[in-house]
Formats: sequence, C-alpha cells, structure tokens
Amino acid sequence: MLDVAVAYNRYKFLGKEFLTWLWFMIATDQGHLRKYDTEFKSLTVGNRMVLENTRENTKETITIKGDNASLEEGLLAITKGAVVSEIHLSYKTGAHTWEFSLKGESLNISNLKLPETGPVESPDDLEGVVLEKIYLTEKVIGFVNTLFSHFTHLRVSNTWDNQTAPRIRKWAKSN
Amino acid sequence: MGLLSSRMSITRYKVVGQLEGSIHETVYQRLKQYAIPKIEDAGSDAAVGWTSFESPYSPDFEGDSFVFGTYMVFALRIDKKSIPPKLIQKHYALDVAKHLANTGRHFLSGNEKKAIKDEVFNSLARRIPATPNVYDLVWEYNTSALWFFSSLKAANEALESLFLQSFKLQLIRLFPYTTADLVAGLSDQERDALRKLEKSRSEE
Repeated sequence: MLDVAVAYNRYKFLGKEFLTWLWFMIATDQGHLRKYDTEFKSLTVGNRMVLENTRENTKETITIKGDNASLEEGLLAITKGAVVSEIHLSYKTGAHTWEFSLKGESLNISNLKLPETGPVESPDDLEGVVLEKIYLTEKVIGFVNTLFSHFTHLRVSNTWDNQTAPRIRKWAKSN
Repeated sequence: MGLLSSRMSITRYKVVGQLEGSIHETVYQRLKQYAIPKIEDAGSDAAVGWTSFESPYSPDFEGDSFVFGTYMVFALRIDKKSIPPKLIQKHYALDVAKHLANTGRHFLSGNEKKAIKDEVFNSLARRIPATPNVYDLVWEYNTSALWFFSSLKAANEALESLFLQSFKLQLIRLFPYTTADLVAGLSDQERDALRKLEKSRSEE
C-alpha cells in the first residue's frame, strides 16, 4: 500500500468526487440509493454544502448555508468544474433520522446527530444506551461505506467516463 | 466529545494485526499499563494515556468494565497545561523589571531574557493545573474496526501513537484511498485501476 500521507493527499479528489456523485444521486435517483439499505426512506442535502474549484493553483470556495437554501449556485459551480468538498446530510429510515456532515478529503463524519435514544438515569441503563448508540452509529457508518464502495467500483470502471460523468455534467447544466 | 454527546465527530480506523492470548485480559493489562497517571506531574506540561469511558477522571478498567457486548469502549485522555500568553507576558515583564533593579543595569542580554522567560513559563506551569480532554473510542475486535470520537489532528496523532505503543497494533486511518483499498472489496484489477486513477476530467 502507498505511504499513508502520500495516499491521503494524492486521492483527496476521490472523496470530493464521491460527494459530487452523491449529490447527483440524491437529486436524480433516490430509488437507486434504496438498493443499499432495505430500511432506506430518504437521503437529502441538509443545511450546508461547500464546493471548491481548483484551477491553475488557485482555489475558489463556494459555501451554501441555511435551511432550504437554494443550491443553484452549487450547480453553476459544478458546470464550471467545481466539486463538493463537504456536505451536510439528513438520512431517514422507517423510524429514524440521522443528520451529519461528510468531508470529502477525509471521509470523516462530523456533527453527527443520532436518532433519539433512552436517557441514562441509573448505572444499569448505561450498557443498553451505549449499545443502542453504537448500533445507530454503525448503521450510518455502514450506509456511508456501502455508498462509497459502490461509487469506488463505478469510478474505476469505464462506465464512469462513458456514462456517469457526462450525466452529472448534463444534470448540472440543465438545472 | 464522545459517544454519549448529542453531536459527535468520528474518525474511522482499521486495526491491523491480532492480539495474543485472551483479548479482554490483554487489553485490560495494557490499558492499566498505559493509563493516564492519577497524580499529575507538576513539572510536565502534558500527559497522554487511556482512561475509562464510565469514569474518565478516575480510570478504572476492573471487571471488564470496558466491554460492552462485542465492543470495547474506553477513552484517550490528554491533559494539557495551557498558559495564557498574556499571563506569561505579565510575569516576564515583572521579572525583567526586578532583575534590572537588582543589578542596576538598563539592558538584558538575549540569553538572560530567554532564561527569565523559561523560568516564568516553568514556574507558571508548576502552578497551573492541566486541562483534561477526553475522547471516547469504540473498538470492535472481530471486524478490526475502531471509531475515534474526534477529528482533531493532534488527538488522532496521539491515539495512533499510544495505540501502537500499548497494543503493538497499527491503526490505519480510513480516508478515501484507504477506504477504497481496504473496505470497498475491489478486485485486483480494480485495485490496479484505483492506483492509476486521476481526477475526473469533468471535475477539472
């Protein structure tokens, strides 16, 4: 395997392209996302998205914030070659909602809000609450891993250049 | 920020290697060996060690208290002394003035200034208590998965270093390349394609 520090910097783009693809999938094909989770109800863009465009050693950053914010600026940036570097998401299954941010370069999950769990009112409650929190955390990490794994298979295939990338460009231009 | 917080940040790791002997017994022994010291070393400006999830300010790993089902849950604690720069500036100015008055001189050499500054820092460090920062972690031994509840660079570096020292196991941080390589289940051919991958033309 490559040196970790080298690999981190060399493949930052992979995570950012993943988030760009994910936004495209959220906007155009929720049904496809359902294939990765039998309990899937919806995945939506939350209240923050950061895009960046690096050209000729200069980096332009576009931040879109706010509940129900218009994402037109983001789409315009995509048509100019930007990628999503950070996205806030809301993931719903039948009974639960998770909110979290994903960073493209690290794939770190931040600002994660899990579905409500029972309170710890006595030491006896602790183990149950901890296991419930772990289950809920594992669920969202597993979902992200599944999506990223699917994206990776797609990204290293010819389908990416021949079909997916042109579809993303077309989607961004048509909105 | 930890597992029971209302908002959390997670850095994901893969643990490379296996422990010898009984897993829980080995982990217990190593946690005890590398636990954060209960008595603060007044001369040191930082201390790093393991602590327990349930009682982070009084580490106790007895009775498999770090075992929750198939998971091991404990925490990294970093106690660091943080001396406000303005406090250093004040005591330095007072000490310099005192030194000049005692010697009847008007100037101090560079070495004398540095010696006073070091003495001020050490004196304040001995008097100011360290601030503890606790970062929970969840380790599922069977799947070699570890979640660390912080994305701070310094905390992650401290974790990687202490984990290796304690358990003789390496942690590989899961970021886009390592996740693709170790988690995505790529074939050899796909892995080759991954290594050669360049930015998508559509994203340029």
